[in-house]
Amino acid sequence: MSVAARLNAHVDGAVDGRPMVFVHGFGCGQQMWRFVAPAFDDHRVVLLDLAGSGGSDVRAYDAARYDRLEAYAQDVVDLLVELDLDDAVLVGHSVSAMIGVLAHALAPERVSTLVMVAPSARYIDEGDYVGGFSEADIDDLLATMDRNHLGWQAPLAGMVGATAAGGDTGVAAELEESFCRTRPDIARQFASLTFRGDNRADLARVAAPTLVLQSAVDVVAPPEAGRFVHENVRGSQLVTIDTVGHSPHLTAPGATADAIRSFVDGGRA
Amino acid sequence: MSAPHRPEGVEWSLLPGGALLLDDALVVVAANHAMLDLAARPEPDVVGRPIGDLLSAGGRIMTQTHLLPMLRRTGRIDEVALDVVTPDGTRVPVMVSATRDGDVTPAVVRALVVGVSERRRYESDLLRATREAESARAAADALAVALQATLIPPAPPVVEHLDIAAGYRPAGDGNEVGGDFYDVFQTGGRSWVVVLGDVSGKGALAAAVTASVRHHVRALAMQHADPSEVLRHLDRTLADDPTDHFCTLALGRLDLLGDRWRLDVSLAGHPPPLLRRTDGSVVEVGEYGTPVGLLPRPEFGTVSLDLVDETVTFYTDGVTEAQGPSGMLGEDGLARLVAGAPHDARAITAAVVEGALAHQVGLASDDIAVLTLSPRLGRLPG
Repeated sequence: MSVAARLNAHVDGAVDGRPMVFVHGFGCGQQMWRFVAPAFDDHRVVLLDLAGSGGSDVRAYDAARYDRLEAYAQDVVDLLVELDLDDAVLVGHSVSAMIGVLAHALAPERVSTLVMVAPSARYIDEGDYVGGFSEADIDDLLATMDRNHLGWQAPLAGMVGATAAGGDTGVAAELEESFCRTRPDIARQFASLTFRGDNRADLARVAAPTLVLQSAVDVVAPPEAGRFVHENVRGSQLVTIDTVGHSPHLTAPGATADAIRSFVDGGRA
Repeated sequence: MSAPHRPEGVEWSLLPGGALLLDDALVVVAANHAMLDLAARPEPDVVGRPIGDLLSAGGRIMTQTHLLPMLRRTGRIDEVALDVVTPDGTRVPVMVSATRDGDVTPAVVRALVVGVSERRRYESDLLRATREAESARAAADALAVALQATLIPPAPPVVEHLDIAAGYRPAGDGNEVGGDFYDVFQTGGRSWVVVLGDVSGKGALAAAVTASVRHHVRALAMQHADPSEVLRHLDRTLADDPTDHFCTLALGRLDLLGDRWRLDVSLAGHPPPLLRRTDGSVVEVGEYGTPVGLLPRPEFGTVSLDLVDETVTFYTDGVTEAQGPSGMLGEDGLARLVAGAPHDARAITAAVVEGALAHQVGLASDDIAVLTLSPRLGRLPG
């Protein structure tokens, strides 16, 4: 199976435009970018669902493989190779900002500019470092997820029904509604990988022009965490979006797109 | 951007459950009395703050990573189990449902927050019980796999003047233990016994019965030369066993008689082994018998034949009942695999195992066990 099919990749926009790869974070799939990605249709826009998330092929999910972020980064690089794209801007939200760091390290010629949306290199406090959470907080997250499968079991029946009725649109609607539903064991593993990971040392490896975008108020990736990323990625630019929440691309899509565009097309990248 | 219109009136404030009006970034615009009671906070500590400030860390993260995106996409969330944390650190389990109203500008979110302490205790008990059941099942699976590993010898013994090649593939992903087994052991100077069988059922109990059958065959074969006698005694032993399991098996006794091997075969409800001659022709050997441990009046017979340069292949029904896109492999399909292979014990066993797997596109729906014998009489003892 192709990498594109496995990751439910969609390629759109200008054929000769500079590639921009939008990678969603922990939680929901590529639909997270729906208010921002269309603003870049003068670029080659690549959207994907990380292995195990959104509309990716969960049959291809191998728990032993996806126990490190490098595996996700390798997927992104493999996709770019398959699509024959290089010199891409990787726009990564949350944990995928770090996936971007690793993908850039794996293939600097493929991933040559990074846009980090609400990044954190480490979610757990340690000494003077402020990540915003304790180990117990992450245990609490996993327990909360165990109690909430958010309808993971529900959509399959609906999809079968829609298929039987011959309604492709029904299937599409179900898929869209299920974009935040992840198989519970996969969600648990990805949450643990995301929130227990430590990518602080990887930041020094970044040699790409980098934009760090953060929200004015973000309880998941606090301002201190964003500033740490900015200070540890050489030459990076920090922009704070005046919005509340961990997903400025949802709560302030216009300002988010503007900031990305002025960075990417403004000569800095 | 103007602030959302705040709800008014006694009805809202006195609802017997928490009610919240939130802006589109999930910052609290208004909270009713029950909500303030749940949070154990005065209104100024609730209104104007992100809803995450009222929740545990897990709920705070989940709100941002899942609930807000879902509200934006589908306009609602239903029955989400979260914990409100009061200023003194007490956790209050709540159930939250919310809808987003995008028809007004700016959009608003209305949420019901209902305390569910009792229900949560019950759910936690269920969750714990499920975990325990899963871990018990995993332990049982591991035990069965370990037990079965002892029932399938890693390699058949080396027997002078006889080539023996065995193959075994567990069903499916290998987690479910079936009852296939084989064994080759010596009963005298030039006498050997070959047994290949299939205990009914799956799992740890079937594996335990298999171990017992294998043990009894070894003991009985020391006392009785005739394979059908061994089966008769085994039948009684298994019939007395309190478990419901029964067993099919093919039992062969091999005696080296100078210039040939004498093979005495007896069958217990098991498909007959296939004899292949050097010209590639294939015939069944043995006469059908009843399974052991199943019927009140079992019947077993022994058939004798001499082997010089023939091969004999024992197999379990996982081979012939292999289901593929073109139907079952069947006895004919098996005979073709045996006939098509080079005249060699290892090659025939490999051809049968791989052929059966290929027939069902790689994933065995039942265990497959195959064992092939062929005399190697190059230099004969006196």
